[in-house]
Amino acid sequence: MAETVHPAEQAAHGEHHEEGWVKKYLFSTDHKIIAMQYLFTGMAMGLIGAFFAYVFRMQLAFPGMEVPFFGVVSANEYNSLITNHGAIMIFWVAMPVLIAAFGNFLIPLMIGADDMVFPRINRLSYQIFFISALVLLASFFVEGGGFGGAWTAYPPLSANAAYSLTPMGATLWLVAVALEFVAFLLGGINFVTTLMNSRTKGMGIYDIPMVLWMIIIASILFMASVGPLIAGAVMLFMDQQVGTHFYDPTRGGDPLLWQHLFWFFGHPEVYVVLLPAMGIVADIMPVFARKKLFAYRTILWTAIGTGVLSFTVWAHHQFIAGIDPRMAHVFTITTLLISIPIAEMCFVYIATLYGGSIRLNTPMLWALAFVAEFLIGGVTGIFLGASGADIYFHDTYFVLAHFHYTFFPIAIIGTYAGVTFWFPKMFGRMMNDTLGKIHFWGTIIPFNLIFIPLFVLGAAGQHRRIYDFTNYPMLAEPWMQDLRVLATVSLVVMLAFQLVFFYNVIVSLVRGEKAGKNPWKSNTLEWTTESPPPHGNFGDQYPTVYRPPYEYSHPDREEDYWPQNLPN
Amino acid sequence: MAQRDLRLVHDAASEPGPILPSSVLGTLIFVLTEIMLFAGLISAFMIVRGGTVEWPPPGQPRLPVEATALNTAALLASGLLIWMAGRAYRGDRAQAGGPFAAGLALGAFFVVFQGFEWARLLAQGLTLTSSTHGSFFYLIVGTHALHAIVALGILVWAFQLHSRRELRPSTFTAARTFWYFVVGVWPVLYLRVYL
Repeated sequence: MAETVHPAEQAAHGEHHEEGWVKKYLFSTDHKIIAMQYLFTGMAMGLIGAFFAYVFRMQLAFPGMEVPFFGVVSANEYNSLITNHGAIMIFWVAMPVLIAAFGNFLIPLMIGADDMVFPRINRLSYQIFFISALVLLASFFVEGGGFGGAWTAYPPLSANAAYSLTPMGATLWLVAVALEFVAFLLGGINFVTTLMNSRTKGMGIYDIPMVLWMIIIASILFMASVGPLIAGAVMLFMDQQVGTHFYDPTRGGDPLLWQHLFWFFGHPEVYVVLLPAMGIVADIMPVFARKKLFAYRTILWTAIGTGVLSFTVWAHHQFIAGIDPRMAHVFTITTLLISIPIAEMCFVYIATLYGGSIRLNTPMLWALAFVAEFLIGGVTGIFLGASGADIYFHDTYFVLAHFHYTFFPIAIIGTYAGVTFWFPKMFGRMMNDTLGKIHFWGTIIPFNLIFIPLFVLGAAGQHRRIYDFTNYPMLAEPWMQDLRVLATVSLVVMLAFQLVFFYNVIVSLVRGEKAGKNPWKSNTLEWTTESPPPHGNFGDQYPTVYRPPYEYSHPDREEDYWPQNLPN
Repeated sequence: MAQRDLRLVHDAASEPGPILPSSVLGTLIFVLTEIMLFAGLISAFMIVRGGTVEWPPPGQPRLPVEATALNTAALLASGLLIWMAGRAYRGDRAQAGGPFAAGLALGAFFVVFQGFEWARLLAQGLTLTSSTHGSFFYLIVGTHALHAIVALGILVWAFQLHSRRELRPSTFTAARTFWYFVVGVWPVLYLRVYL
């Protein structure tokens, strides 16, 4: 890295500041603005996804009632709501927030660069993502309503309009997902190239903060797994619109083919969103335990190993789809194997905490909750990974509760951990810690009260994707309905507590205490520049890196932290 | 795509520069995704084909194996010529123009020849919806043709830059890398789909 920025470039940065509001905030190539665009779009989509969950949970707890703010839920609407709840939360919330927002914001700042390597591709990435969100939202208003064939879109339900009853919605949904993939492909190319080629002077590969490694590994996993799904999506699109029969068994096609192509992507996708959340937690814990991250290289290689292994587990989604039992054994073994590296990472995090000087600020609470809640998700996954047990549990609420215990810690807890931690850097002001803790407990307690009852219901045989349980006498017992009401009421309480968060954000933006450069006394490079960082990030001098990122409470030093850019 | 890729390179005196220029690295990562896309298409084709008794399905025309072998040779020769252009570019840049233009011409020949083959097959009754045979043929070969056209467009753009003496080595390498992918994936498709 050149020590100083060329005068011509400084002039270029200056010019950007004089640009109008639209150019600066809507068509910017600045990685921080693009990160904010992804963050706010992702959170807005999250509100829509949460509203959908509220509507269909109300229908399940109080069948046939007129849901406030929605009305009576028809069976078709119910299908559309659950389908798009899943799709939105994964493709339009977890991915844009965890990978795109944090990746865009943190990668250049943490490696001491002024921007991404391809800023215009970066802008294009967000623009395509935004269009994909618009296409998805448009699909709710076409004839027949939004797609209702579940977020996994299995044919023949998804391929044939006569079955799904959503001729337009199904295709628009598919187009929206495909556009979203293109956006993340462009983003991923940028992330990996920037991390490889733009690191500042002195930053070796083991000096890179863990969250960046995790985002990069996730991006590579995404790019390596998405190809087959794009192939499958093109085939599904042609089945829907052109009249081909790729998935039609009566005309020489194979419906199971889609399941393989989908889950070949779909299971690595779990780790695509998990790893960035793991990385956020890995970066928060040392700061609030004032202790070096335990086993940096072990975490890194474990994450890479997890990524490789994640390509070999996909058929555990298909144990009852008629695959050969010998094949099911193979996938049972790989699935149980992949729990080892993830458990190892959880132990490493606990080892980081051990003997530390722990501060329970809001970001740390979220980070601790991530490990605790994700453990429940991981442990219940063992039952589902074993093909014998899965035959009973398949497509029940046990599965549903299991993956919410993984995805909620990832997408919601991980996001709140990251936002509360980097908020001072993003906006230059501190968030209110008391409000943050109220929001934390108001989210975590109801979350468990939603999904523990659903584990019980699932173990009792409650099937997923049923619109009205009163039609099934063995599932309509009073105690079961009571648990459904408990889950729904808890959801409403949890959603209500999210208002505390939004209130906290707005109040902190206006009146929050000035954060200064480094409010958490953290080591990584983003904390060495102004809050919020100026255009170009580091002014006229790029930082130089002298040591790894987690040197806390070093015995040779008076202060308990040792920023990466200090010579000694 | 590569407007800034040399600016953030480390100070050459104190640290080695990046192993690959950003434009080349970005292209390689994109090619990784593309390889997986074709792997997905081919494996889908193999699964459906493996489930049939007779392939191609009865009543469907056979694919032009020999003519396409010739066309495959043309595409491979195009890849070789572009490779020679890249080698020449490192030495005397003026000498790169000849093999570059010849490689472009052969690449264009490949696409046009494929077009004629498609027209003949359509006339013989092999269409996108006539059978899974037709569906997969047009899907896989069409996806490749689309890539070939885009890659040729990039090479034509690079050629224009070259004739104006504005082509940077890293841009040329990135453009060639994508063409090598288009050339390299074709024999696999030929072996799987035609034979």
